[in-house]
Amino acid sequence: MEYVIHLLILIGIYGILGLSLNLVVGFTGLLSVTHAAFYGIGAYATAILLTTSGMNFFLAMFLGAIICGVLSLLIGLVLSKFKDDYYALGSFGFNIIVFSIFLNWQSLTRGPLGIPGIARPSIFGYSLSDNMPFLILTAVVLGLVYLLCRAITNSSFGRVLKAIREDEQAIQTFGYNTIYFKLTIFVIGAVLASLAGSLFASYITFIDPSTFTLNESIFILAIIILGGLANNRGAVLGAVVLILLPEVLRFVGFPSDIAAQMRQVIYGLILVLLMLYRPQGLLGEYKL
Amino acid sequence: MITLETKNLVKKFDGVHAVNHLSLSFEQCKITSVIGPNGSGKSTFINTLTGLHEIDGGSVFIGKHADITSIKPHEIGAYGMTRTFQEVRLFEQVTVLDNILVVLTERGVWGSLFENHTQYHLDQAEAVLKRVGLWEKRNELATGLSYGQRKLLEIARAISMPAEIFFFDEPFAGLFPEMIKVVVSVMQELRTKGKTVLLVEHNMDLIRQLSDYVFVLDSGKLLAEGTPDKVLSEKAVVEAYLGE
Repeated sequence: MEYVIHLLILIGIYGILGLSLNLVVGFTGLLSVTHAAFYGIGAYATAILLTTSGMNFFLAMFLGAIICGVLSLLIGLVLSKFKDDYYALGSFGFNIIVFSIFLNWQSLTRGPLGIPGIARPSIFGYSLSDNMPFLILTAVVLGLVYLLCRAITNSSFGRVLKAIREDEQAIQTFGYNTIYFKLTIFVIGAVLASLAGSLFASYITFIDPSTFTLNESIFILAIIILGGLANNRGAVLGAVVLILLPEVLRFVGFPSDIAAQMRQVIYGLILVLLMLYRPQGLLGEYKL
Repeated sequence: MITLETKNLVKKFDGVHAVNHLSLSFEQCKITSVIGPNGSGKSTFINTLTGLHEIDGGSVFIGKHADITSIKPHEIGAYGMTRTFQEVRLFEQVTVLDNILVVLTERGVWGSLFENHTQYHLDQAEAVLKRVGLWEKRNELATGLSYGQRKLLEIARAISMPAEIFFFDEPFAGLFPEMIKVVVSVMQELRTKGKTVLLVEHNMDLIRQLSDYVFVLDSGKLLAEGTPDKVLSEKAVVEAYLGE
């Protein structure tokens, strides 16, 4: 049962990451591969605040979201100079920069040693040290993030995001200063990713830079491409599939000496087949 | 009354003049056509007026005083201008209805975050889509429309704007006769409502039928101007444009 709860918590955290990245990539068409950086900023901010000041988890999560919001605004301002492939490369660069900071600013982050002993949240004196109450907290945050994303994407703002994705210059000629829309959604996406980071840090109680690499950004991107770009339910479904698929393959009876490699091969093969036969993803409304 | 005026407008690409010192004026309640052979600078002229290309020289005025020489694309709506494009530029993976609603709703970030379309917006969208015969297609993605329907949707999107000056860049290209009738009536209605219409078009029959005044461009320069009958009978125009 603990194993299932663990998987569900991970699905919740990656669901939040998928939903938040989908706002930027799926709805706005900005191919960002820097999402793990914001996930990490949220995780590190929460971890540092909890371990140094002992403040309440939710306050640390809130402050982490503000820090992430400010940093993402600065990064977004730089990225707004780029378009298309150059945007992806620029965001790629920022992920590497942030990862390097996690790794090398040892006085703050303890570098490769990571930060251990991160406290679990407590609500009115009741500590969520067991995984079941933590799962409920994760589910509540996921639900709130989902509702927020749905409200954003169903609003006139969401309609403008889709128009920017389709033809930014054309929508500008109808009176929209698109840079403000792109910056706003980039910051919203980053802030929501930081919430996932806060949950992750508190859940695992230890973080180090290896979680927030470029690979992680690509994994989050794979979640939304597989689940379906520009579809909020698709982002969550993508997280379900990509978290559960490797676990399901554990139960396929491969010989023990090649089991790990075979799982990776089949995992990759399923992704390739899905992209071949369902390029818009499982529930997608938009093709890159 | 003159609503839009250019003075010595210049646009160059790699040193070559695409628009060469053009001083043209466009009047209210009139359809003014800009014609010329391919590459004569017609679309570039519209693109410079609507901020898609930076202007290399000269100036542009709206009314008597508003200098819009350095205008940005997102500012043209505030000056009462709207446009279509030579190559149709729709929001492809978006529904037909949303292609119109996005033009009708709130422009600001915060306002649009807390707004969805209202019944008023829907009524407006319904009226304009019915005008061009696309209401039945409202829930389809724009990318699934035929070429002619895409042209009509782009025109519907432009006329959804509360604008005074309308730029139409080859709106009749690729349309069936029934569709052409719709677009002709749209333009005539705009003129009747006192709007300023700038039309770039190759179909000379439609130019004769619709235009109150015509400018002829060749290699970015003004070759001739006047009423359609006068201009289209000038020898220089026939030679340059019709190759006769």
